[in-house]
Amino acid sequence: MAQEKSKRLDILIRGVWTENPVAFQVLGICSALAVTVKMSTALVMAVALTVVTAFSGLIISSLRKQIPSNIRIIVELAVIASLVIITDEVLKAFFYDISKQLSIFVGLIITNCIVLGRAETFALANKPLDSFVDGIANGLGYGLILVFVAFVRELLGSGNIFGFSVIPEFMIAAGYQNMGLMVLAPGAFFVIGLLVWVKNSLPGVSHGNKS
Amino acid sequence: MGDLFSLFINSVFIGNILLAYFLGMCSFIAVSKNIETATGLGFAVIFVLTVTSPVNWLVFHGLLAPGALSWAGLPNVDLSFLKYITFIAVIAAIVQAIEMVIDKYSPPLYAALGVFLPLIAVNCAILGVSLFMVERNYTLVESTVFGAGSGTGWMLAIVSMAAIRKKIRYSDVPDGLQGFGITMIVAGLMAMTFMMFSGITL
Repeated sequence: MAQEKSKRLDILIRGVWTENPVAFQVLGICSALAVTVKMSTALVMAVALTVVTAFSGLIISSLRKQIPSNIRIIVELAVIASLVIITDEVLKAFFYDISKQLSIFVGLIITNCIVLGRAETFALANKPLDSFVDGIANGLGYGLILVFVAFVRELLGSGNIFGFSVIPEFMIAAGYQNMGLMVLAPGAFFVIGLLVWVKNSLPGVSHGNKS
Repeated sequence: MGDLFSLFINSVFIGNILLAYFLGMCSFIAVSKNIETATGLGFAVIFVLTVTSPVNWLVFHGLLAPGALSWAGLPNVDLSFLKYITFIAVIAAIVQAIEMVIDKYSPPLYAALGVFLPLIAVNCAILGVSLFMVERNYTLVESTVFGAGSGTGWMLAIVSMAAIRKKIRYSDVPDGLQGFGITMIVAGLMAMTFMMFSGITL
């Protein structure tokens, strides 16, 4: 039992940090960039993706012995798409404003490489509960990057954190200006690029795929 | 006609699907190492987008939109929540069909595009364009033009990226920034260049 537990912990750590899907495997960055102008949208997106990845792992892994391997992609997509529809409807019902701001990006969770990638590489070969934990771990790892990028962009771009202004008055009086670039598309690319640089320069991190 | 032209220019440059909306990033990063493959994938994306977006328009407005089923005596049914699963199924089916048709009638084209077609089914740019088309209430003709324009914009971005990466090979990039990091920075600079176009009014 203790062994089971440490195995799940290991899966968790791997997904959040050592094999973080965005920073280390370059997966799922499409949406990671688009929803990070504000922290609130980034957080909702991270939760939505975690829920979808966790439950798709659970469901696909429970069905893994029944799914014929030549039609597995379409089965996986059907499971994921159904979960995304549920998530989207829940968001529309309870967080209408944020769901409007996320616009099509909730729907694009379907084609997010993280979800399908975890289903393909992990859920098809592991027990349902392990896959559930793996889904949560990867969702959290994705969320970590997302919230961090959103933090930088919102702080530098509009001087807010979660919509609250944090730049002191005297600095604005002294001529402080928000960095408009961060709100626009290029800001997202720069923040992710620099983030990867910092991550690669940390001691003890192996340099993966150089090209 | 002028409206359609400006929509096309708009979706190629100002609202570039990749550099302004970040759609199709995964394959953008993975396939931009080589100009020939980037061009091949670019053409495949243009082709698939031009076909899937009008077909998805017909499916959405014929079956899923609120009140679309009134011909079947069900005027109050709103199936628009099913659009995600329907669109992805339509896209996968069309990609599969295109692959089979090309394989049968044009082996050289299949040799050039064949390997890319399965990749495209899960490219977020394709699904994204269909979803944008619904959200922005385009007509059938507009959505075809929007699909073609977005595809052209995507190809423009990936081919220029592949060309830049080819040059970068000879540059002295800092150790930690090599690969993915520098690609993102370059993409950011490209996005800045494309933002210049937003001053244009047609």
